[in-house]
Amino acid sequence: MLTILFDGIAYGMLLFVLACGLAVTLGLMNFVNLAHGAFAMAGGYVTAVLMNRYGVPFLLTLPLAFLVPALAGLVLERTLYKQLYTRSHLDQVLFSIGLVFMAVAAVDYAMGSQQQMIRIPTWLQGRVEILGIQVGLYRSFIIAVCGVLVVALQFILTKTRFGSRLRAAVDDPRVARGLGINVSVIFAATFAVGSGLAGLGGALGAEILGLDPTFPLKFMIYFLIVVTVGGTTSITGPFLASLLLGIADVAGKYYVPSLGAFVIYTLMIVVLVLRPQGLFARAR
Amino acid sequence: MQSDTADNVRAALGRRGRWGWGEVAFWLVAAATLVFLPERHLILNEIAIIGLFALSLDLILGYAGIVSLGHAAFFGLGAYAAGILAKNGIGDPLLGLGVAALAAAILGFVTSFLVLRGSDLTKLMVTLGVALVLGELANQMSWLTGGADGLQGITMGPILGLFEFDIFGTVAYAYSLVVTFVLFVIARRIVVSPYGLSLRSIRDNPLRARAVGIPVNRRLVAVYTLAAAYAGVAGALLAQTTQFVSLDVLAFHRSADVMLVLVIGGVGYLYGGLIGAVFFKVLQDVLSAWTPQYWQFWIGLILVLLVLAGRERLTDRVRALRPRSRRGLATDKARPLPTTTAREV
Repeated sequence: MLTILFDGIAYGMLLFVLACGLAVTLGLMNFVNLAHGAFAMAGGYVTAVLMNRYGVPFLLTLPLAFLVPALAGLVLERTLYKQLYTRSHLDQVLFSIGLVFMAVAAVDYAMGSQQQMIRIPTWLQGRVEILGIQVGLYRSFIIAVCGVLVVALQFILTKTRFGSRLRAAVDDPRVARGLGINVSVIFAATFAVGSGLAGLGGALGAEILGLDPTFPLKFMIYFLIVVTVGGTTSITGPFLASLLLGIADVAGKYYVPSLGAFVIYTLMIVVLVLRPQGLFARAR
Repeated sequence: MQSDTADNVRAALGRRGRWGWGEVAFWLVAAATLVFLPERHLILNEIAIIGLFALSLDLILGYAGIVSLGHAAFFGLGAYAAGILAKNGIGDPLLGLGVAALAAAILGFVTSFLVLRGSDLTKLMVTLGVALVLGELANQMSWLTGGADGLQGITMGPILGLFEFDIFGTVAYAYSLVVTFVLFVIARRIVVSPYGLSLRSIRDNPLRARAVGIPVNRRLVAVYTLAAAYAGVAGALLAQTTQFVSLDVLAFHRSADVMLVLVIGGVGYLYGGLIGAVFFKVLQDVLSAWTPQYWQFWIGLILVLLVLAGRERLTDRVRALRPRSRRGLATDKARPLPTTTAREV
């Protein structure tokens, strides 16, 4: 029982790291980016390739799994995404679906359609018993890493100058620009960090979530749930939502496997109908 | 003064409602393919079905401005309704269409209340969620739907008791084409009616539409239900003509594909779906013959380029080919700037 809770928390933490970039682009910048999962997949594949082909240790691949998608995100933001900020949601949806299709086919072409194996180091394998609870070492590692990230993000967003500039740029780009804030640089940096975090999440989660070319499509809905259910005004909303989703998903699969993902989808619809702005958001 | 406006509107709607030569030619060509392209009838059948499906999406997206990522829900429900009916011995195709339309319309009516609320993003998520729930249901209820194996053993009776389905797909194509045509004519009649006009005003500015006394929610519910019924019929056509239903009819990529079809053809003038279907299917055929595994890449590329190039520009050019609508374009330019979209509360 507590083990399930623990696994659920690890899963939720992972989902948060994967989705928090989306929480900013979609939630704050109001850009419907369905291609977010593609960046996560990129991170996962960076780790997989480095480990399996070049024998780089797992931990060393993680910074690269952050940097490569971040760079890709930066380039894409500067060249393509920024043209679409002012366009309709339909255009954004179409554009990002197109990107997803391309990413799926390209990865399929380059890497093959099979599942990628990532062997985590031996010191992270196995389980230990703490206070009578079976605790997976790798999952505790994930919780630790993600926990640090969450605190750091929250700190950056609320306490630093960059954070307040970002919030200003999101709330009203025109006024922010008038105050001398370089909005496009802030957006580009945020987008890059968000993509990088997704990549990191993809690398960390490859062992738990699996990694194959259809990853962006399979988990797109989960990311979107986290953001829409969590609400979009802060970082804590998506965080709580991803914890809830993680625990509910793990528990649901354990106790009522026959229902599958049914419960989660239904819950999402109910939440969105009752509270269109998200569970933890104040109405605007 | 007021009656003057009403007369003008009526006259304008009447003008819009008249059939142009281009349209007549379009349907004549479609009918001619029945005779002249006998070896292509299987793919033409699919084109007709996808065209109808895209037409139904156009009704809610192009005319009412509802963004949906889960339109496959109705398509799939219609397909399963018709398939299950036929499997249980009721093989009359038209009855199957009716049942499928009714089932999809009921689902559309019920779920329409869900998409009335919230912003575009909420709508996207809710429609997507509905389709996913249905997909999950169809997967779990394998005693009814056959689950992942698909619904097999569908045997269709002859249409109207006269025309038996043949293996070359000729009867199937004729059947799909006629159904699509009939539904198209109805849809065309609807969008040039005052009701259709009110839908377009809701799409352009819901706040103003409400202010001039249009019952926004009731209109949206009605058109969503109608579009659902259309999608259900399209699904039923697919089930009846291929005599097979799989979980694929409810899959996400189907919702995405139909959006792509509509966008290729152009949103908001009904023919977009049909033209887009022709393009999409031919494109898919060519690409998948060329790169069987990776054709999705090129589809994705086309989508991205289409959006970057500005899809409105593309459709405007098509529209400009018709002299009558060039006048429409001129008035478009004169219309005042759209107000900033109000944030939904």
